[in-house]
Parts: sequence; structure tokens; C-alpha cells
Amino acid sequence: MSAPAATLPRRPSRRALNELIITEAKCTWRAPVGLALGVLVPVIILVILGSVGAMKKTIPGSNPPVTYMTTYVPVLIGLVLVMIALISLPIVLVNQREHAFLRRLSTTPVAPRWLLAAQVVVNVVLAVVAMILIVAGATVFYHVPAPAQLGGFVLSALLAIAALFAIGLLIAAVAANGVVAAVLGTVVLYPLIFFAGLYVPRQSMSPTMLDISNYTPLGAGVHAMLSSMQGSFPPAQPLLVMAAWAAVFGLAAVKLFRWE
Amino acid sequence: MALVVHTPESGEVASRSLAHPVIEISGLRKSYGSTLAVKDVSFEVQDGEIFGILGPNGAGKTTTVECISGLRKPDGGTISVLGLDPQRDRTALRERVGVQLQEGTLRPQLTVAETVNLFASFYPRPADTEELIEMLGLGPKRNTYYRRLSGGQKQRLSIALALVGNPQIAILDELTTGLDPQARRETWRLIETVRDRGITIILVTHFMDEAERLCNRVAVIDSGRVIALDTPVGLAEREGGGNHMRFRPSKPFDDRVLTGLAGVNRVEHEGPRVVVSGTGELFNAVVRALNAVGVEALEVQLESATLEDAFLRLIQPSPESHQEVTTP
Repeated sequence: MSAPAATLPRRPSRRALNELIITEAKCTWRAPVGLALGVLVPVIILVILGSVGAMKKTIPGSNPPVTYMTTYVPVLIGLVLVMIALISLPIVLVNQREHAFLRRLSTTPVAPRWLLAAQVVVNVVLAVVAMILIVAGATVFYHVPAPAQLGGFVLSALLAIAALFAIGLLIAAVAANGVVAAVLGTVVLYPLIFFAGLYVPRQSMSPTMLDISNYTPLGAGVHAMLSSMQGSFPPAQPLLVMAAWAAVFGLAAVKLFRWE
Repeated sequence: MALVVHTPESGEVASRSLAHPVIEISGLRKSYGSTLAVKDVSFEVQDGEIFGILGPNGAGKTTTVECISGLRKPDGGTISVLGLDPQRDRTALRERVGVQLQEGTLRPQLTVAETVNLFASFYPRPADTEELIEMLGLGPKRNTYYRRLSGGQKQRLSIALALVGNPQIAILDELTTGLDPQARRETWRLIETVRDRGITIILVTHFMDEAERLCNRVAVIDSGRVIALDTPVGLAEREGGGNHMRFRPSKPFDDRVLTGLAGVNRVEHEGPRVVVSGTGELFNAVVRALNAVGVEALEVQLESATLEDAFLRLIQPSPESHQEVTTP
């Protein structure tokens, strides 16, 4: 009797995937680290910045002219992304491995990678909700113009999500435990958010710093989002930079992920 | 599947010629780096039995069941589970084999019912989750978060998850480790209930009383090999060093009255008491022989060899395994 061909692991049923995502959403709601860091903190900063009168001034020499407040909208979106993708997501993922929950799943017909997929889905939704809150809040309450090139803005935001989540997944892939993941996430967070322009707006950066910023995922993200807010489709360079970060770090994460 | 009711004492399943194996392992070998965890393990598990795997820590018990459940890829030998290859037929195997792992926690933010329902969604023909929760005595804890459960409740939830897919085989690893005696006994009753539903059970344990109470047959694994395989009673009789009868004779007698009897291996004196060691029905033979010379046996104590006696005689204390045994 010839051996039958190996049966490929079947894709889980829709019911299993739905249940995984709903369950993850419940866990995220009940242990709201991502919610607090990724949604609440950026929204509070938005409110604080919005109440500072100087923020409504136009940045001298900016072309086209842009207010400080407007430049901070994509930066705050960057803050949302670092908090969710670099802090909250890796800690949740690493905890599942540390507590052998991934191993528990691998004894069921559903492979553990589907749990990771569900966690990524929930965190992406969380990031999108936070982004919408920030853009809508800034537009409604702080006179920031709505993104004029909406398609370009959405594309830029999605690429920024992809790049940051890829970095977060790589952290989750290699971190031995939750503490290491938190430390790695924090270490990566500061340079990224600095070059995004949280402390010094990109418009005020020296040419060298701006060059560096252009090649960081969030510097490119802020560049692309701001130009679509100002009405033009984002240039190719920042989009390609983000796509490259997403591809390289995403592949590395998949290659290096430790399941146990 | 036919519902089979066994009494562990009878060893009925082991000798039934009608039984057919649901698990067949032959020459299993598995190493981690340079450590050979499983050297040569072969056995068959019959449909409907509770099959115990006993052995000191580090003997290769867990590795063996992890190969059965497909969690680890063997380096050599063959495994057939319900006619499936655990590595090749991963999904089909996982739908039919429920596993309770030795370690691991569940999501602390989920309730009992949410956890059971989540796992139920993974299987094509899941059990009725409400009924399962009731059966495991978790009804009152249905809406309690995992992190608030006691050790015994967590263990029962873990068993529930092994059963939620309506498996044909359940693998339970170190089931009652860390439970108090009350919770252990409740867990044992539960396992018997599961067995009575016709589910074949592999029970990995290092508790002899647990194996004696629950298992139809046990395999003793030491240093990666099966060193004995029998019913608990059979093992105790064969390897346990026999039975002992202890008594105070009403008056002195010549030891030769007893040493000549069939089945008697040894006659020793402990102060005023005499200890006769041997096999089979010692008591009647000894009493009859003593009566024939006008001696009465007073304050009689009978000790039969237990599985634990057999186990301790079987396991060769090697420096490394001994060290691991003493580690809590």
C-alpha cells in the first residue's frame, strides 16, 4: 500500500476564526494596555496640544503653509502606531508563548499562527479606530483641514501600519519573554517617534536629520500622510520606504518566530 | 463505538482477544540535541482502555505522548494513532485526539464558558459545551475568569478542553499533580466517567495510587525504554517482591514447618513476630501448616505487594534520574 500524500493543515473554519477574533477583542478590552497606550494617550496629547494657542500658528517658512497643529496629526498617528505595534502587540504575543497557550493551541486542529493572526487583526482595528479619532477630532475641534487626498492618506496610513506591525512582530518573534519584549519595544520606540517629529517637527529639522527621518518608517509615514492632508498624492519615496520596512521585517518575523 | 465497561482489577482488556489497538507505537526514538530522551518505546493501546504511562521524571513519558499527539516529530520508529500518522495527518489527528498538557495556562481574561466555547469552535463536531461544563462540575464557575479559578478548577477546565472536540482518544499528562487529595479523588471519578463514555485514555502519571485505581494496563518507562507492561495487579504480583504475612505465633515452632510450603520464599523473625514472604495464597497455606503442629497465628497482618513496590524495584536508580526525582 502506498503512503497517502501528506494532508495539508486545513484552514480553520470561519466559525473558528470569528471566535478567535472575538475572543481576542474581549481580552484586549479586559486587559486594556493597548487601549490605554494606543488610543487614550495620543487622544489626550491631541487635546493638550489643541488647547495650546501657539499650535494654531503657521510654521515660518513652510511651503505650502501649514500650522503646527496640522503637522502634529500624522505624528500623533505615529504615536498610536508605536504604542500599539511596538508595545502592546509584542507583549500580548510573547505572553501567549510564555504561558504555553500557543502550545496548547497546537494540540487542536487550529494552528497557533491563527491566534497570532487574530491578535494582529484586533490590534490593527484598534490602531485604525485611534487614527480615525485623531483625524476626526483634529478636524472637528482644532481646525485642521481634513485629508484632501483621502486615497493617498489611507494608503500612507496602511503602509505605516504594515511597517510598524512588521517591526512589532519581529520583536515578538525574537523576545524571550514579556519583559524583553517591553524593553525592546521601548528602545525601538524612541528613535522612531523622534524622527517622526514628536519633539521637533520635521519642518524644523536640520537637513541631515530630515534625511535620516525620510528613511525611518514613521518619518516616511508622517511625510506621506502630511502631503496627502495638504492635497497631493504622496510621493513614491516615503511609500517605498514604508513598504520596504514592512517586507524586510515582516519576512524576518515569519522566519524567526519561536513557537515555544 | 461500543461502550465498554471494565474493572481495572480484572485486567480484562489486556487479555481480550477482541480488543483492537487504537494506538500502535514501535521502536520510537527521540533525542533533543545530544540527549536521547526516548531510546526505544513500543506498545499498543487498546480501544476503550485507560492506559497508564509511569516512570520517574525525565524518563521520557512526556516526550512519548508528545510524539503521539504530533507535537514532536520522532527521530525513529513508527506511530499509528487511529490509523493516522501524527506528523502527516496533523489536522485529522487533532480532531480525534484530545490533549491535556502538563504545563500551560489559558487566557486569564476569559471565563470558563468563553474558553470552552472558543476551543469548541476549533472542532468539526464539538461536544455540547454546556453539558461538558456541567459534567466537569464547573457549572457554578461558568462565568468566572480563568485567573480566579482554583488549581482543581483549572485542572478540570483543562480536561474539559481535552474533551470538547468529542475525541476518540484523550491524552492526560500529570493530571493531578499539585491537587489536594480531595480534588484528586474528584478528578479520578471524572476520568472514570470519561472512560465509561467509550473514550480511550492515556494517562501519564507518577502517582502509583492513581495508576492502580484507574489504569487497565500500565507501561513503566525508565531512561527512554519500556521496562514493564502489564495490569497494575499483574505488575505488583510479578515485580513487587511478593506478599507478606506477619503474625505472632502462640508458641515457638520450627521454621521448616513453613519454609517447605509451596509459594513461601522466606521466613524471618522480627522480635516476637514472624514474617513469611512469598507469592500466591500465603494465608491459608501458612495457617493450615501451623495448625497441623498445634500453633495458632495471632495478630495476623497481611501485606500484598503494591504497584509502588513493583515500580521501585523496576526503576534502576541512576544518578541523573535520581536527582530529577528529588527535584520538586
